[in-house]
Amino acid sequence: MEAITRSTGRLPAAFLTPGSSSFIDFLADHSPELLPGNRKLPEGIVEAPHGTTIVAATFPGGVVLAGDRRATMGNMIAQRDIEKVFPADEYSAVGIAGTAGLAVEMVKLFQLELEHFEKVEGATLSLEGKANRLSTMIRSNLGMAMQGLAVVPLFAGWDEGKEKGRIFSYDVTGGRSEEHGYAATGSGSIFARGSMKKLYRDDLTEQQATTLVVQALYDAADDDSATGGPDLARRIFPIVTVITDEGFRRLTEAESSELARSVTDRRLEQPDGPRAALL
Amino acid sequence: MSTPFYVSPQQAMADRAEYARKGIARGRSLVVLQYADGIVFVGENPSRALHKFSEIYDRIGFAAAGKYNEYENLRIGGVRYADLRGYTYDRDDVTARGLANVYAQTLGTIFSSAGEKPYEVELVVAEVGVEPEGDQIYRLPHDGSIVDEHGSVAVGGNAEQISSFLDQRHRDGMSLAEALKLAVQALSRDTNGSEREIPAERLEVAVLDRTRPQQRKFKRIVGRQLKRLLEADDAAVAKTDDPSDEAAEE
Repeated sequence: MEAITRSTGRLPAAFLTPGSSSFIDFLADHSPELLPGNRKLPEGIVEAPHGTTIVAATFPGGVVLAGDRRATMGNMIAQRDIEKVFPADEYSAVGIAGTAGLAVEMVKLFQLELEHFEKVEGATLSLEGKANRLSTMIRSNLGMAMQGLAVVPLFAGWDEGKEKGRIFSYDVTGGRSEEHGYAATGSGSIFARGSMKKLYRDDLTEQQATTLVVQALYDAADDDSATGGPDLARRIFPIVTVITDEGFRRLTEAESSELARSVTDRRLEQPDGPRAALL
Repeated sequence: MSTPFYVSPQQAMADRAEYARKGIARGRSLVVLQYADGIVFVGENPSRALHKFSEIYDRIGFAAAGKYNEYENLRIGGVRYADLRGYTYDRDDVTARGLANVYAQTLGTIFSSAGEKPYEVELVVAEVGVEPEGDQIYRLPHDGSIVDEHGSVAVGGNAEQISSFLDQRHRDGMSLAEALKLAVQALSRDTNGSEREIPAERLEVAVLDRTRPQQRKFKRIVGRQLKRLLEADDAAVAKTDDPSDEAAEE
């Protein structure tokens, strides 16, 4: 607090300057050293845990966003039960692939940015506005990304204006593109996308959409060593979140365990999962 | 050039205090009350867009009477202070006491610095606890002092009269509907003792509700929910004295 309120104890001028509703702009003005993009990068390469696969799919009435639970460091499993999908605010969520430490910090700042805007303005940002804000944050991490510490999130939310769920994917330079139907990011994303390509339909129910993303994560874990499958022995299951016009909801452990178990049970008979028609 | 008149420091401060008090008295009063599940803010406010009450942080709410641009400025300062503190440390480390201190220092410095005009505002900073015992309400007058309040507090034009009215009638563990009704009664009393009707459309109501499952406990009560609470109260109070009026609070 001493640092915040210096000498007299009153709020410094930066706190009382009207004009900006952005927490990041305020940080840049008042304590730039706290902004992730403003740190000096030391020379050399550092090895840190990486989060892996995130998948998302839309259905009429909303969007689901899910992630596996593994973090890897080189050929080691750094953590078995990492959480990589977070609510961004009441109507959106963000899932992160890439350097876990930086990604979690980015999500924390992103959540705060949305909340801060909401409190100051008394209104929420549009979904496009939120997606653009995240874009800027990823761009400011480019220096780190070039040293191998990239953060590549997937952003999904309910668009109140358009009344539908939408997905946005990003590249390391902050390039943003809207994905229609389904999307994946992270090391297992190629396999997850292939899986969803064959299984996705645009008239899925919420229940089917959650099954779809768990299938995709299973296929990703099947072929990518950095992605973790459902761990029945340790009771570690994918994190599945659903965003509808009623807001963000994370499936309870009981729900996601049931989902993962039903997928795993079927795979005992058909290891490659459901078959799509040939023609 | 003429020599300026000597003004004693006592006189100078008294003049500034009177200036600030008069400014605050021009605004409408508002009240903050504890009830069983949290803290309720009630005020008369004809505007739908310019709020007297707002959210500062998870468990902390803000209420202000006086000059809009000045308290809006302090409100945004408070949001920035709370968010920065929560970002640097943890969400649990943001407290109403810390915020009230910073506000008091700010108001106090402005009040006593000859170069600045004193702020014509009176603030209330409230934090809802996990249990009713943890509730905190701080009143911050224009001069930078802090008053730790319990149960109920009123600020603004007619504050003294409203406060004494509330002190006599407020009790612990009231339901939201009861507390709301009491607050509206208190606000409808004019300086000369007569009563007037405040329609629901002119009321601004917000709560810090400790039973809310979300992390952020602040919520505005508007439209149908507000009407239902105001009406449910009449029926419930006439019928029974039960303070736990669950149906009315939903």
